[in-house]
Amino acid sequence: MNSRVDSITRPDPHPPSPSLLPTGAKRERLRKWRYFKDRFSRYGVAASGLGVVFALALIFIYLFSEVMPVLKPVTITPLHSYALSPEHGQGTVHLTVERYQEVGAQWSDTGEVRFFNTHDGSLRKALSLPLAPDDQITAFGRGDSRDGLVAYGLADGRVMLARVKYQLTYPDDQRYIDPQLEYPLGEAPLVLDPQGMALQNITIQQSGQSFAVAAHTEDGRIVLARFAATVSFMTGEVQINRLSYELPPLAVHSQAMLMDKSLRTLLIADQQGLVHYYDVSVPAQASLVQSQRVVPEDVAITAFEYLAGTVSVIIGASDGSLRQWFLVRDEQNVHHFTHIRQFQSHPAAIVHIAPEYTRKGFYVVDAAGHLGVHYATSHRSLAIESMGHGPLQFVAVSPINQALLVQDADGQLHFNTLFNAHPQVSFKALWHRVWYEGRAQEEYVWQSSSASDDFESKFSLIPLTIGTLKAALFAMLFAMPLAIMGAIYTAYFMTPRLRGLVKPSIEIMEALPTVILGFLAGLWLAPFVENNLPAVFSILMLMPLFMLLFGFFWLRLPNQVRLRIPPGWEAALLVPVVLIVGWLSVVMSPLLEIWLFDGSMRQWLTDIGINYDQRNALVVGIAMGFAVIPTIFSIAEDAVFNVPKHLTQGSLALGATAWQTVVGVVLPTASPGIFAAVMMGFGRAVGETMIVLMATGNSPVVNFNIFEGMRTLSANIAVELPETAVGSSHYRILFLAALVLFVLTFIVNTLAEVIRQRLRKRYSNL
Amino acid sequence: MTLREWFKSGAPWVWLNAGAVTLSMVMVVGLLVLIAVRGFGHFWPAAVVETTITQPDGSQITVLGQVTRSQTLPASVIRDAGIEVAPEVTFVTRHLFKQGNRDVTGRDFVWYLQDGMDAWRYPAEVIMLERREWGNFYGYPVSLLEDGRVVTQGDEVFSELRTRVKRANDLHERIHHIERYEIGAVNFRMERVRLGERRLDLDDRIGDTERANRLAAFAEQREALNQEYRSYQQNLDALYRDLRRDVLVARTMDDREIQIPVGHIVRASQPNNMNVLQKSAYYLDRFWEFFSGYPREANTEGGIFPAIFGTVTMVLVMSIIVTPFGVLAAIYLREYAKQGPLLRMIRVSVYNLAGVPSIVFGVFGLGFFVYVMGGSIDRMFYPEALPAPTFGTPGLMWASLTLALLTLPVVIVATEEGLARIPSTIRQGSLALGATKAETLWRVVVPLATPAMMTGLILAIARAAGEVAPLMLVGVVKLAPNLPIDGNFPFIHLERKIMHLGFHIYDVGFQSPNVEAARPLVYATALTLVMLIIVLNLTAIGIRNHLREKYRGESD
Repeated sequence: MNSRVDSITRPDPHPPSPSLLPTGAKRERLRKWRYFKDRFSRYGVAASGLGVVFALALIFIYLFSEVMPVLKPVTITPLHSYALSPEHGQGTVHLTVERYQEVGAQWSDTGEVRFFNTHDGSLRKALSLPLAPDDQITAFGRGDSRDGLVAYGLADGRVMLARVKYQLTYPDDQRYIDPQLEYPLGEAPLVLDPQGMALQNITIQQSGQSFAVAAHTEDGRIVLARFAATVSFMTGEVQINRLSYELPPLAVHSQAMLMDKSLRTLLIADQQGLVHYYDVSVPAQASLVQSQRVVPEDVAITAFEYLAGTVSVIIGASDGSLRQWFLVRDEQNVHHFTHIRQFQSHPAAIVHIAPEYTRKGFYVVDAAGHLGVHYATSHRSLAIESMGHGPLQFVAVSPINQALLVQDADGQLHFNTLFNAHPQVSFKALWHRVWYEGRAQEEYVWQSSSASDDFESKFSLIPLTIGTLKAALFAMLFAMPLAIMGAIYTAYFMTPRLRGLVKPSIEIMEALPTVILGFLAGLWLAPFVENNLPAVFSILMLMPLFMLLFGFFWLRLPNQVRLRIPPGWEAALLVPVVLIVGWLSVVMSPLLEIWLFDGSMRQWLTDIGINYDQRNALVVGIAMGFAVIPTIFSIAEDAVFNVPKHLTQGSLALGATAWQTVVGVVLPTASPGIFAAVMMGFGRAVGETMIVLMATGNSPVVNFNIFEGMRTLSANIAVELPETAVGSSHYRILFLAALVLFVLTFIVNTLAEVIRQRLRKRYSNL
Repeated sequence: MTLREWFKSGAPWVWLNAGAVTLSMVMVVGLLVLIAVRGFGHFWPAAVVETTITQPDGSQITVLGQVTRSQTLPASVIRDAGIEVAPEVTFVTRHLFKQGNRDVTGRDFVWYLQDGMDAWRYPAEVIMLERREWGNFYGYPVSLLEDGRVVTQGDEVFSELRTRVKRANDLHERIHHIERYEIGAVNFRMERVRLGERRLDLDDRIGDTERANRLAAFAEQREALNQEYRSYQQNLDALYRDLRRDVLVARTMDDREIQIPVGHIVRASQPNNMNVLQKSAYYLDRFWEFFSGYPREANTEGGIFPAIFGTVTMVLVMSIIVTPFGVLAAIYLREYAKQGPLLRMIRVSVYNLAGVPSIVFGVFGLGFFVYVMGGSIDRMFYPEALPAPTFGTPGLMWASLTLALLTLPVVIVATEEGLARIPSTIRQGSLALGATKAETLWRVVVPLATPAMMTGLILAIARAAGEVAPLMLVGVVKLAPNLPIDGNFPFIHLERKIMHLGFHIYDVGFQSPNVEAARPLVYATALTLVMLIIVLNLTAIGIRNHLREKYRGESD
């Protein structure tokens, strides 16, 4: 205090120079500016930091949002209800909606087709078949939905074929749809039954230029005719060739008939609940193969339709039940009409079934006014809703599955929009065995696409999951022993000089692009292994053996040699051993093949019933093991190396040998770290794409044979995602696969990370 | 010490553990050596072997070509393949001859058995021609034709051929230049005119006279461009005519004479007549072509320049994106965020993203970047190009963004580590002198942590350069017609698809119709990629070690 007063009162020997400090106002401004910069930095950094975290979280959110629509339920939204004008609209036999969902078509039992606008029911056009006034229609049948072919059977045994063609024109840049009728076999009715009896039930199908029509006549005979239209080059005249056959008779009252698109199968449902299966692949020798009861006693078949592709038949019954049947081939190459699955029943008798055009779904209406949406492959009944219009008669779906047209018993039409985008996906379809069309039993199959349009997509994730696990398993089998043992040695026994060389080398190996490992595996290792298969196994057996032998031999060496190399250099000493054993095994490989395997081990494996692919799980195991070793090695090495020194020294001081210390002290302490390392390695193996893509045949098989390939989730994504349609079920399933991979590896890695952190804490407490 | 005691002491386990390290190291080194030998060996002009083979039926054929590799197999393996071998033979040696002449024989790689093979001869006058189509040619020169007239015959042909090949290559160079740069630029401007017209079409706010004026301007531009194009085309026609002038007549191993236009020849050599110096020169020439040339023959020949260029461009764009965001995120997590269980969770999650399979990032990139973001950009800014997508399709931009996302954790982890390593005394010193937090951070802490950030960035680049799986979904193609950077405005074309070294390996090695011919090139490409990545990693490790030493000194 005193001195301060002094300094003020005492005169200053040096006159005060003007202060270099800024003035108060300026300092104030500067302080504000600095304060602003500080705040700006704080909020700027926080915003970008959180932004980054959000961007990373977005990956999960987005993948999830792409998968979610799969779970969206089917919705049917009523839009318009109307009746067609009174002179029309009675005696409906068939109902359709065209692709743009603007025009509906109603086929009547008098041979008239009424085209109306779907939004208000106003008539756009009415066309009649060119029949004579005294021709009497007695039966109606239709072909596959996509062909749009229909057949009217007449009372005199003749038949009339027709189909609708929608012509698109664009007057004033507006789409206009003009429906027209086409007669593929001419405008005159054709003779089906030469005896001229009335046709009771009729079915038609087209295959290429050939048409087949089958009918059940009034007097119980079954007649089949094949028509082919040829156009004469000279005159342009259409020539119709007809071949007619009479099939073995059936003394029943038929209810409905179906013929498949390959024109080989004729199915007749009778009124007693039986289905009769005729093999008509050679019509002249057609035979009744099987008569099968398809519904319980006292229950009648009320609806009988093929699904798209004409393999599966859906049978609706008077008790409201719905069953899927198709022909299954047994070992003797004989087809049997077989029950596949039953869908959720409707509360009343099934009235009409409308199959989808390209998928295996179908729409059902019943006598109590319910509309049902079902899907065959995934065995789902997606919706059964009461429409509130009383009993329903007909249902039609648009070719793109976005609109439904329903007709009730009073002839009223109801137009609905439909959302039914992902009926193929269900937990069962993805993870359970499914009985696919044309297969002998339930199977796990992944086959997402094919050249044909009415192909049944097979979306079982089991083969891909098994493939992923198989690849990871073999990789871990190869990598785990090498990496963990190597880590223990490097961390605990190796001299620091060598360690300084080994550790970075293996870390660089981690950065090696997997595409290089994959290419070497596919182009170099796979043929090498194939040609030197015995070498692989002899290396496996001889390598440890010779290492031990060398160790024992080293022990027996005179001390002046042995002591020249201090402990910790064993790894370097073993280099020649490894090289020699490897070289010897390769050289001996052809000899071994001759001595033990009749000259070719590959052939020998095939002979004892083991399939051998050149690009197989063994190759993948080695290559991917190679990619995984550094991951496991570096984490495990850290864990072992960081075991507190006083623990190991205590153990050694108590007289334990170095190895006993490792087993008794080091490993128990470091085991969580080693476990974490293995988990990280597993996480990497599960998600690895390029190696599997290049080193396997990518065939989705379900087995753990080491000599066969596999297809993994990740490789499947890489192969199929660029080619699939955006938003399709397939697209979303691939996203689901990605999400599964993401979540799986994320959980595994997080667990490993948590274990490591706890271990670190434990070490610091010890 | 007896065996039993030895086992009891546990020493055998130590040896086994040592063996695991040895085996791993031998595999790593072996892999690198394998790639290096095959990769470097590809460019060396191997001797051309001629030999006569007596077949089982007594007929003789002459074989001419380079021996690619030889194998000794048990005879039964060969028999299983349907080739007849005498019953008393147990081992069969066979040689894979690269006999070229794919246009003549249809097969350029053929296995021949050692049995019945004469001694190998190395005729000095054999020529090897690298051609622009049909792969290599091996044979004997007969004569040279100019416009159908014989110019030289006999021994003089080869030296004359070399001068004419050089002339043809110069012509090719000029053609290439005109096609790629000059006509390329005309096409680019032409497309701009087309898009301009389309944009005018879509814009209904423009009045009629204005519209007519602009249309006229476009028509004028188009006419000018067409004019320019025609003049280039005339130039090209003349050059092509010149190129077709010379034709080489050569004899194949089965004594057929064929005509090879000199314009189709890239390089002519007589491998059996070269000394080591000449071979070295040839080697360097091919090596240079490999790095600077464009691919030929469905990528199985020629160079990989576009792939190197594409990889580098993509990685650079990625670095520009990933560095600021990664560093800011790390600074936030380490310096600003409130430390607690939530932050620990976030941090672990971010770290673990590094372990998420890269294909998942690819799926995200394709779905979100390409379809969602790219689609929106197209609708907003490029309506005139629709329905052809501009950004709504895989391309450089999306590839870089996806990889940036993939490598963010790498940069964040490295930066955080660097920030954590800076002694708190330095920070406290700065704060004690009255600096604000931001000043401490940006003037003291961050500069000190720059090397750590560099390490992170280099590791990120190394990872990105080797990543292929996500790129297959978001922007890499087997053959990109244009480089992503060229002389046309705006110079960097982020929407273009690129070629990539890693994908090139996959594509050439596994999708190419002639895998045997492509194999050496794949090894060479792999070698390039491996070298690039090892150099990057060593740099990163070097920086890191240097840093550790530095801070160990300072914090003590």
